[in-house]
Amino acid sequence: MPSKIKYFSNRITSVVLLAGLLLFSSPVALAYEPSSEIAVEDTLKTDAVGGGEHEKDGKFNAGELILEHIGDSHQWHLWGDHGHSVHIPLPVILYTDKGLEIFSSSHLEHHDELYTGKHYKYRLSHEHIEVIDEAGMINEKATKAIIDLSITKNVVSLLFGAALMLFIFISVAKAYTTRQGKAPKGLQSFIEPIILFVRDDIAKTSIGPKYEKFMPYLLTVFFFIFINNLLGMIPIPFLPTGTNLTGNIAICAVLAAFTFVIILVISNKHYWRHIFAMPGVPLPILIILTPIEILGLFLRPFVLMIRLFANITAGHIIALAFFSLIFIFGEKSAGAGYGVATVSVAFTIFMGMMELLVAFLQAYVFTLLSAIYFGSAMEESHSEEHH
Amino acid sequence: MMSTVLLDTLHQGVAALGAGVAALGAGVGIGRIGGSALESIARQPEAINDIRSNMILAAALVEGAVFFAMVVALLVVFK
Repeated sequence: MPSKIKYFSNRITSVVLLAGLLLFSSPVALAYEPSSEIAVEDTLKTDAVGGGEHEKDGKFNAGELILEHIGDSHQWHLWGDHGHSVHIPLPVILYTDKGLEIFSSSHLEHHDELYTGKHYKYRLSHEHIEVIDEAGMINEKATKAIIDLSITKNVVSLLFGAALMLFIFISVAKAYTTRQGKAPKGLQSFIEPIILFVRDDIAKTSIGPKYEKFMPYLLTVFFFIFINNLLGMIPIPFLPTGTNLTGNIAICAVLAAFTFVIILVISNKHYWRHIFAMPGVPLPILIILTPIEILGLFLRPFVLMIRLFANITAGHIIALAFFSLIFIFGEKSAGAGYGVATVSVAFTIFMGMMELLVAFLQAYVFTLLSAIYFGSAMEESHSEEHH
Repeated sequence: MMSTVLLDTLHQGVAALGAGVAALGAGVGIGRIGGSALESIARQPEAINDIRSNMILAAALVEGAVFFAMVVALLVVFK
């Protein structure tokens, strides 16, 4: 475990470390979701019995399956088990200390398979690229220096989501110019109420009269989260959907960082005064209050990140845990498998409906909180004049 | 060696307990928000939109507190 964690620390940001902690802590990652208690118990049991992923005696390992799904991957898995699975290899792009290296991940798909690139020999271990030296040992220094820019499963999914958004919004925008003055039609009439909802219920009420310049950001972030949440729920064959994209902590971190940077840029004197020296508060209390306010400045985007990450990841874990139950019981006897399957599928459909709500709600909450933070950062000092 | 294994198990147990208590707190908190929101909607059905958005906002903030607890629990496991 420590070597894995150490390995994580050389990824681009330290937030990825947190993702690593979550991914490698199947018991805790599963345990915080109250609604999947039954499933969690069983997953934990199989984890204990199977002895982790090193014991490949044909037993179904739910923990491994779930972690594999919610994590990122260098290949786009279509169907099948280990060894004889059908998948599309994705390009590996590495920026090593000796230069750029681009090759297909099909060279690394078997366990312990080595690929000799231009600069080093590489091996894929738990979805991390390792540099192997002549003696067959891991070259720690070179491994640490690697910046992995690969087109992974999540990146493909992200590009697909972006393409879909471009298609939707370019065609809707076109409809407004060609059908000027007429009632909205088709996709336009689906998108328009949502845009109006974001404008009237989120931007106008939380930001105030200067809401207009934030609309592009708020709409982008809303639709990005909403559409990718929905795509993440639907595994369409041969399309890069069903990935845990918005439940990837790096994605959430970038979105939260955008909000944070915008807050920093637009914030006025009044906002900073309230953080460093709250007006009308005596000095002894300020000594306690100011550190809390400064911490709060960073905590707000941090919680934005964690909220989206945890909600979406938990949704994926629940669905997979219910499906895993079928196979756990199916291993004991076929009848039990079929029996559990009916219940399990019914519950998954129920949870899927809940997740539809969550997909919208998380997009809404992220946008709403961003808008509220923008509003508070630009607030003029009205209350002070009255005091 | 034995003691480290024992300590690890203890850490995991305590962390799981902490996550559970946090979930309990969130349950109470969100339950109260939902209950009060229902009550106020029953009193003033015309204010349903304002109440709903404020309810969701408050629930999101409660959730935020739980995520802190969750992160702390994770840090306990992987100190």
